[in-house]
Formats: sequence, C-alpha cells, structure tokens
Amino acid sequence: MVKTVYTVAGNEKIARDVYRMELCGDTSMITAPGQFINIALEGKYLRRPISVHDASGDALTIIYKVVGGGTEDMSRMAKGTRLDVLSGLGNGFDTSVSGDTPLLLGGGLGAAPMYMLAKKLIAEGKRVSAVFGFASADDVFGTDELRSLGVDTAVATVDGTAGVRGFVTDGMPEEYTYAYSCGPEPMMKAVYKKIKTGGQFSFEARMGCGFGACLGCSCKTVTGCKRICRDGPVLTKEEILW
Amino acid sequence: MVNPGRLTVDLCGIELDNPIIPASGTFGFGYEFAEYYDINILGTFSFKGTTKEPRFGNPLPRIAECTAGMINSVGLQNPGVHEVIAHELPRMKEVFHKPVMANVGGFSPEEYAYTVSALDGEDSIGWFEINISCPNVHAGGAVTGSDCRATGEVVGAVRAVTKKPVIVKLSPNVTDIAEIARAAEAAGADGISLINTLLGMRIDLRRKKPVIANVMGGFSGPAVFPVALRCVYQVSRAVGLPVVGMGGVSSAEDVIEMMLAGATAVGVGAANLRDPYACRDIIEALPAALDKYGINEIKDIIGGA
Repeated sequence: MVKTVYTVAGNEKIARDVYRMELCGDTSMITAPGQFINIALEGKYLRRPISVHDASGDALTIIYKVVGGGTEDMSRMAKGTRLDVLSGLGNGFDTSVSGDTPLLLGGGLGAAPMYMLAKKLIAEGKRVSAVFGFASADDVFGTDELRSLGVDTAVATVDGTAGVRGFVTDGMPEEYTYAYSCGPEPMMKAVYKKIKTGGQFSFEARMGCGFGACLGCSCKTVTGCKRICRDGPVLTKEEILW
Repeated sequence: MVNPGRLTVDLCGIELDNPIIPASGTFGFGYEFAEYYDINILGTFSFKGTTKEPRFGNPLPRIAECTAGMINSVGLQNPGVHEVIAHELPRMKEVFHKPVMANVGGFSPEEYAYTVSALDGEDSIGWFEINISCPNVHAGGAVTGSDCRATGEVVGAVRAVTKKPVIVKLSPNVTDIAEIARAAEAAGADGISLINTLLGMRIDLRRKKPVIANVMGGFSGPAVFPVALRCVYQVSRAVGLPVVGMGGVSSAEDVIEMMLAGATAVGVGAANLRDPYACRDIIEALPAALDKYGINEIKDIIGGA
C-alpha cells in the first residue's frame, strides 16, 4: 500500500450511472489485476474503495457506479482534480493457476477488474473467454474493449435486452480450465455452484480503512478469519464457506 | 532551540517520548502500520482488544459512514489471549521496541482477571487498558462501565492479578462519567482512558433498514471531539489519576486541546483508519504547534485550561 496523489485525466459516463475515470500518477504498487484503490473525498470521512480497471506506467483507470453522495461527487470531478489515494490495496487475482483457457465472469460493476485480468492472462499466452451479466442493455459496458483484446465475450441481461436473457451462468461456455468471478454475491454463489473447475472470487464489503486495520470487513473462511480488504478481495473457491 | 525532551510525558511511571497513542482497535498489533512508517516514533500504542476466548465479532456490515466520523460494530474480534501471546505479540515485538499498552476486554470480572494474568508475564507490556466500555458486545449497546459497582468489581479483579499500571477505559454513554471514574479509582485503577465510542446508528434509505447488521454501533471520528474533550475535563478533575484522552483527535492542535483539558497522553483512533500516517503526521506537527501557541514543554499544559 502506498499513499499517493492521482490527478483526474478523464471522467466520462459509459453506461447507466456508470463512469470511467482516468487517473494519472504512480501505479507501481498495483502489482496484480483485481487490486483496488481507496479514494479520500472532501467532506466524506471514509474513503471510497474502487477496483482497478487497468493500470500501467502512470495511467490508471477505474470504473465506478453512482450509488450515493460520494460517487455522485466523483461523477462531477473535472480534469485536473487531485485525489488523495491509498493505492495497491488487496491481493488481486492469481493468474498462475488459470490453465490454458480461463473464463472471466463479471456481474454489473464486477466486470470492471476483468479487463486488466484479461490483459495479463493473454500476455501469458492464454486463450480467454468471458461472460458479463447486467440487469439491462443500458447497463452494459466494457464488452467491446474486451473483444478488442481478442476475448470471446458473451453478454447476459436479466431482461433480455442485450445478449442472452438471464444471468452470467446462462451464458457460460462448456469448456474452460478455470473461472475468475467478480460481482454481487448471489451471482458469485451461482457461479461457485456451477463451475467444475477451480476458481477465484472477488468480494465487495463496506470497509472502514481498506488496509486491514479496523476488521470492519472480516469474513469466515475454511482457512480462518480473513479481511476482505487485505487478505482479499479475491478468495479461492477452496477457502470460501458457501 | 531544539529540545528533544519537550514532548515527553509520564504515564503511570513510564516515560513516553511523546503523548501520542494509537487507540485500540484502530492499529491492530502494530506490525501492519510498521510497513508504512517506523512505529517506534509513537509514545506507545494500545493493541487490539483481547479477550479470554477467540471472538469472530459481529455480522457484516460492521461499518457506516457519518458526517465527520464513522460507526463501527466490529465486536471485539480477536484470536483470544493465548493466540495473541503465541503469534501476535512475537510479530509485534519484531517491529515495536517500547512498552505497549495491552487492551483487555471481557464478560465477567473473572474473565478480565484471567486475560490480564495470562498477559502479565509479557515484558513488552507496560500498561493494561481495561475496556469496560465496548458498545458492541451486549444487546442494545449496554456496557459494564455504565455501573459503578460492576466497574469496581472488574477493576478490583484485575488489580489483584497484576502490579503493572491498570488504566480503565470508560464509556461516554453514561449519566455521570465522573462517578464511574471515581469508582475505578477507588477499586485501584492507576489511570483512566476515555472516551470509548458513542452509541449511534444510521439507516440506509434505499433499504429503509439500519446500515449496521447489529443495528447500533460505536460512533467515532472528529464529530465526537467536543464530547470527548468535555468528558476528559470532567474526569481529570474528579480523580487524582492520569488520563489518556481520546475521541476524534486528528491534529496536533487537537492534542494540545485535549491536554489542556486534562489529558496526560492522547489516543488517536478513527484518524488512523482514514489515513494510516495520521499519528506520524501529528507527531511531526507537534513541535511547530507548540511554538505557535508559546508552549515550551508539552507536559506543562496538562489540565491547564
């Protein structure tokens, strides 16, 4: 973890209530896809933990959804705004165990960290496919970007307005060597029950600090108590108690 | 002129290089913060509240945001005193080389005494901080420290099993905090720390239900500073014991204010969670703040208001 300053280099709406923010600053502490940053906002006591969509050199991208006053403030931030950020938080995804044809499953905002994960897996010579699930066509983001990397990307929407009607589990291919999942817990639980391979699951929680001090986001696992912010957010299928 | 001793204070017979003490529950066992800065610059710190048995704590969500503060409902999550001795203290001692404050929780006088006894042989422990004020472990936020008799029983039980200084941590959620402080003093306490968190709650307007799974939790952060300052002022005048003042402290100016109110040392809690460097920054800012207000040695201002 490092405390640093990022400068807003871009901030645009990409889907219903969903924004992509480009940040400029030192990203050297982002060492794995699936890590997050924790942003201090003026007038808000707790920082806002947001997963990293992509990071390289001095450019970092996050995708966030406006769900309350803090993210609403973020949506109005202009280019040049300086942000006090704790960067490089959480464990991130482990790509070494993926096999040759990993599958990425993103539900809603859970699609955000999948881009950097796909890039890393592809750089390692793996053939990646993905299923992103959303409520409706207006919520869809990130699919073209993923396809541009060469990822075979399917979409599922609950109301059937884009892609397959249903959930990510309704769009899953038959063959894959490993599953990476991020999204709402009911979605991840359905994935957990369906996959026959190993997998990793990235969790969300209300956090106090984001770096392991307050024990605000503890959960019970097969291997004992874990802090979502520090020991996670990524847990393996084997350690989850579902 | 640089005076390296101008920040020192004496807390129950042990000298602190400066009055800054990260508060229990916001600093773990120190080793995680040691990744960010050398924690030996601290006066000391109060380690994560430890109980006889392991505790997972309360269901999630445990955290809610407030204006200028936060609510936590962690519920004394800790691995239990024997695991703390076996694994946490050895890791702590690798990075922290000063006497540490051992924060102890419990559910009966016997349990407090058991945990203090178990820890008493640890040379690294300088003080015990007896938490009789956690709002997160009994239904409805009730605390042992809301009753003079119960306070006296716990302090007496602990006093009987250790010769180390016993500091009793009080709750602000009482009618007369000075009365509880006097009960702790009468039972043999060596110091008082305060305040623990204020009992509070938030409601999620989308779900129309409490944010915190346990409904209520402990409110802390800059919003509670005036309440904490008032309690420190009252208690430091009611007892003849040193007081560790805490509650919303976020700056060197807050530290000076707390000490003027009567604190000998100053705890910093929620600020560590928003900014892991909060205590380092406060310590570094103190000399200039003393200069600004014409203070030579910080110990001279204790209770001066």
